[in-house]
Amino acid sequence: MHAIWVISKREFNSFFDSLVSYIFIVVFLGIGGFFTWLFGSDIFLIGQATLQPFFSIAYFTLFFFIPALTMRMLAEEKRIGTIELLLTKAVSDWQVILGKFIACLILISVALALTIPYYITVWAIGPIDHGAVWCGYFGMILMSMAYIAIGLFASSITNNQIVSFLLALFIGVFFLIIFDVLSSSFTGTISQILNFLSMSSHFDSISRGVIDSRDLIYFFSITFLGLMLAETSLSKRNIVE
Amino acid sequence: MSIVVNNLTKKFGAQRAVDNISFEVKTGEILGFLGPNGAGKTTTMKILTCYMAPSDGDAKVNDLSILEYQDEIKKKIGYLPENNPLYYDMPVLEYLKFVADLQGVPKDKIQDRIGEMVYVCGLNVEKHKKIGELSKGFRQRVGLAQAMIHDPEILILDEPTTGLDPNQIVEIRKLIKEIGKHKTVILSTHILPEVEATCDRILIINKGKIVADGTSDMLRKRARGEEMVRIQIKDSGNKDVVASALKGLDSVAVVDFVKESNDSFYVTSKENQNSRKDIFKLCVQKNWVLTEMTPIETKLEDIFRELTTN
Repeated sequence: MHAIWVISKREFNSFFDSLVSYIFIVVFLGIGGFFTWLFGSDIFLIGQATLQPFFSIAYFTLFFFIPALTMRMLAEEKRIGTIELLLTKAVSDWQVILGKFIACLILISVALALTIPYYITVWAIGPIDHGAVWCGYFGMILMSMAYIAIGLFASSITNNQIVSFLLALFIGVFFLIIFDVLSSSFTGTISQILNFLSMSSHFDSISRGVIDSRDLIYFFSITFLGLMLAETSLSKRNIVE
Repeated sequence: MSIVVNNLTKKFGAQRAVDNISFEVKTGEILGFLGPNGAGKTTTMKILTCYMAPSDGDAKVNDLSILEYQDEIKKKIGYLPENNPLYYDMPVLEYLKFVADLQGVPKDKIQDRIGEMVYVCGLNVEKHKKIGELSKGFRQRVGLAQAMIHDPEILILDEPTTGLDPNQIVEIRKLIKEIGKHKTVILSTHILPEVEATCDRILIINKGKIVADGTSDMLRKRARGEEMVRIQIKDSGNKDVVASALKGLDSVAVVDFVKESNDSFYVTSKENQNSRKDIFKLCVQKNWVLTEMTPIETKLEDIFRELTTN
């Protein structure tokens, strides 16, 4: 546990040592704020005291930003060889993966926490459904976990950051849109399966304030699968023919 | 703390990077790992540091197998990988703290250890800079410092002196020798004088196999069993006369002329015999003036070339 924490701390600091974290937070808040308050179907247009506009824009911005945060995490370490240095210390492959996962999750939580003033503002101007807001944040965290795990997996199979970024987007877009679109063009069981695989249906129900065990299982499964694949691909150097 | 390697093999596809090697390193021994590029030095080191699993065979660090007790072994080993990879965006001190933390150095001792490493590796001037801003030599020192920060009982160094200037090389060698008094050190290098200067024992590896194992003296003896001296004799008149007189000595096997010189010879003794006394006596007897007698040592380079080229 200690090792995971040490790795997380280093990764988290390295976000702030480079400009990555500042750019991420500024752009995330900028885009989120712009579409929540000023433009498109913003809060004043729909005329309800809800954070729904923010969640639906964050749903897309996180989809783009998370691969940008995770792309270098393992790919860069593999490229410059520091992964060897790290894994010959008293840490296991799992600890490295979890350390990086947690660092990324903390950064996203910080960005989400910075949008709490939105919540307070909306609360001040109308009767807000507190449960739905907190569930929305919770859904954001769950969704981020799934995307981080996918991003880490993409980062673990290459030492090129661009490839890692594009691959994470490619995998992510299936969960974001493609399964959803496909499910509407099929009928019966296939449609149901595809619908279950689509992230939007699960996220929507959570952000409405309904926490269903099926949704939790869905997000935790993707997270676990992504992390497990990342670990497997990292430890394939040990494969004995 | 000892290392015992037993029939270790690592295959990459059809290629055997390490082919069934066995050796032993005792506590307080400095082992030099020599070999041409691609001989399997780095792979062996990666296996010993638990970075990679071997395809076959086993290695034991202080009776703990690398296949089972990886966590325990990793804590006891300090490793400087080839090319010295480091996090360039981290300041030196922060990086050393990170490594110390990972290696489980107790919280209250971390600052002391960092201070000691900064002193030992001569990092004081540069300690607040980011690693990426350092010169290659200083990065190498950071690499060494991170390998030794948890006071490991075994140090495995993959080409520790590459990129250092001659002064730094001397310092690092001195440091390794100092550490080697109490600890087990394995170091790989291409620089042959370095092995002679620092190592107690040399292991030459070629194409994944061990081709020589012993001290540098032992290797020399093995490479050339007979003693050879270069002599110069003045006032002797004819060099053919001298050569035949030398050949006539009981202990001498071969006499060769030295090119570009009229009065110098290479004299090779017969096996397990010493000819120097006889040569001297002969010169006294014939009233020749012996102006030079130098034993010719086989260079480690020659042994290395002989063993690793076929």
